[in-house]
Amino acid sequence: MAEPNRTVRSTNAGSEALHEVGVELIAVNKWYGEFHVLRDINLKVKRGERIVVCGPSGSGKSTMIRCMNRLEEHQKGTIIVDGIELTSDLKKIEEVRREVGMVFQHFNLFPHLTILENCTLAPIWVRKMPKKQAEEVAMSYLERVKIPEQANKYPGQLSGGQQQRVAIARSLCMNPKIMLFDEPTSALDPEMIKEVLDVMVGLAEEGMTMICVTHEMGFARQVADRVIFMDAGQIVEQNVPEEFFTNPQHERTKLFLSQILH
Amino acid sequence: MEEHVTRYVSEEFKQPLPPPADNAGIIGTARKNLFATPLDAAISLVTLLVVVWAVWNLLGWALFDAVFSGSDRTACVATGDSEVGACWIFVSSKFLQFIYGLYPDPERWRVNTVFALLAILTAGLLIPSVPKKGLNAALLLGVFPFVAFVLLTGGRLSFSGGQVAFFAMLAAFGTLIVVPSRSDLDFERPLMRAAAGLAVAAVLALLLSAASSRAGIAFLGLRFTAFSLSALVLSALSILSVASAALQRGGGGRVAATALLVPVLIAAALAVLSVDFGLPEVPTHLWGGLLVTLVVSVTGIATSLPLGILLALGRRSDMPAVRLLSVIFIEFWRGVPLITVLFMAQFMLPLFMPDGVSFNQLLRALVGVALFSAAYMAEVVRGGLQAIRKGQYEAADAMALSYWQKMRLIILPQALKLVIPGIVNTFIGLFKDTSLVYIIGLADLLGTVRRGFNDPNWITPSTPATGLVFAAFIYWLFCFGMSRYSIFMERRLDTGHK
Repeated sequence: MAEPNRTVRSTNAGSEALHEVGVELIAVNKWYGEFHVLRDINLKVKRGERIVVCGPSGSGKSTMIRCMNRLEEHQKGTIIVDGIELTSDLKKIEEVRREVGMVFQHFNLFPHLTILENCTLAPIWVRKMPKKQAEEVAMSYLERVKIPEQANKYPGQLSGGQQQRVAIARSLCMNPKIMLFDEPTSALDPEMIKEVLDVMVGLAEEGMTMICVTHEMGFARQVADRVIFMDAGQIVEQNVPEEFFTNPQHERTKLFLSQILH
Repeated sequence: MEEHVTRYVSEEFKQPLPPPADNAGIIGTARKNLFATPLDAAISLVTLLVVVWAVWNLLGWALFDAVFSGSDRTACVATGDSEVGACWIFVSSKFLQFIYGLYPDPERWRVNTVFALLAILTAGLLIPSVPKKGLNAALLLGVFPFVAFVLLTGGRLSFSGGQVAFFAMLAAFGTLIVVPSRSDLDFERPLMRAAAGLAVAAVLALLLSAASSRAGIAFLGLRFTAFSLSALVLSALSILSVASAALQRGGGGRVAATALLVPVLIAAALAVLSVDFGLPEVPTHLWGGLLVTLVVSVTGIATSLPLGILLALGRRSDMPAVRLLSVIFIEFWRGVPLITVLFMAQFMLPLFMPDGVSFNQLLRALVGVALFSAAYMAEVVRGGLQAIRKGQYEAADAMALSYWQKMRLIILPQALKLVIPGIVNTFIGLFKDTSLVYIIGLADLLGTVRRGFNDPNWITPSTPATGLVFAAFIYWLFCFGMSRYSIFMERRLDTGHK
């Protein structure tokens, strides 16, 4: 596998050893107006760990991972990502976002830029990488998600599955330490889900720290180190996937699993 | 009879066929659209007759009965019972006046040079295949205004000490904005903090100097008050401390050069405006015709778009003070008629200016028109910003782009593309509204044409109609050009997908 940025990453190895924890949420609370959307969330994700978050809609799972790169603000508690505490300090937020990639349900590619430009934008403007190098990196990641031939097309010319794979490649171009996936396959046609999941499985096998909000239970069984079940803004149950699926403890979990696993 | 089918397996692959041909061609289209039913046919024929009648009358007025030769009004006055159409010789004999107004004859090459430069630079910027867009834009927006100003007025501006101090203060703030955005110098360094403090002190000194009136200190051949001189010194110190902050940081020579960029550019601009190029002065009250129309509309267009974008961003800002100020500005300027704005520019602007600063009439009209259309532009741009989905902002945020990077690279390109029709609409409105400057005594194209009606040499019944048709045609040419270009640009920028 072409991995042009491996060297960059290894220079960080010393500091990485310092914080074994990738993401830590301590007693996090959040309200939308009067609505208490996150209730006392405690979660510790180690480096290299793969977490799958599931739960009914409105349970706060998306909100939780969106707090991890401050797309949403939390009002109480502490969130520490990559050793940096998220506060309203813009510099800290930017530092965290440099190291945390995010993949959205609706891809959110930039429609006015080509696929290649989508991928090189952040490395060029945020990492100050020379254009040529950024393009090489982008092409290597596009090859990895198996669509290098689409590099000069616009997002609107691609299928949903292809767009989502581009979105993953775009995040990887920033060489992130942590990847957040917010329901990456929910907006896809059934026949395209597998191509996206394959890319995510590949990523997991390489040891990327991943936090995925998804209902793809097959994916959870295959790669997750831990499955977290959320309901009504709280973490109801978490366990290794084998135990979680075969032997759920909480009533809500049992109900949820019975509804999605026919 | 066909049976109800429950099982079916396709045995052949159906090849694509061309569509049926009976609606193709001119005859097919005409039959389908104009003569589909007897009523349609009747309506079509009646409409055709009306069009023919109208075109015939128009041609009669503009060509067959029109006067093309002669030297004064007698040629255009009806003799006997023959009808007289358009008096084109009125237009041709006054043509130069319609273009230049009363701009002195031997100096008109200066106007022509400005027109030519404007045409070349604009074409270079607008035609996609012309290379070096960045240089072209810098020339058009950065250099051309000064060249045009010197050429049209003659230059040789004399600045007072207070004005020089004001520009020095602007340079200091420009440096404080440009340097941190181009490098990693920030306001945590003591020298940068000192620079910011000095710049603020310069503003205070300037305010005090506006209140005091004795300009008694001579320095560099200019007369300063004690306050304005200290403002100048404070600004210079502020710039120097930014530069030394850059030098102090290892390998900051390039950054130090950026620190001096803004002051050098401002000094160069002041120098160009005050140097004597040997051009005789042409006061603005002699300007007129298309020259005034273009000066007002081009400056209006060039300033209203960037200002409008800033206002639109301000109105959607998270910062309450910025949002409030933007709303107040926009609602104020949108709420008053342009005529009022022009009158206010004439009578009220001087009240807000420090003593000794006076603007000429044309400049006041320029400021009025620019601010007025900026308010409209802001709302057009805001419409575009609102059409961009939240996901685009989030994606940009998630990849750690800064606010201005996000806006410049992601949001504005999409938003502006969406509102091209609205932007051009505002431009066209602005172009035509420039004719209102006639009210404060400036003779734009329409104003010059109308002044021509009163010329005793040309008073005939057909003069006004001819002149107005001519003026309307010139306005239409420019507006139609803008409209076509906007359609071209919309197609070109369309990546077809949202």
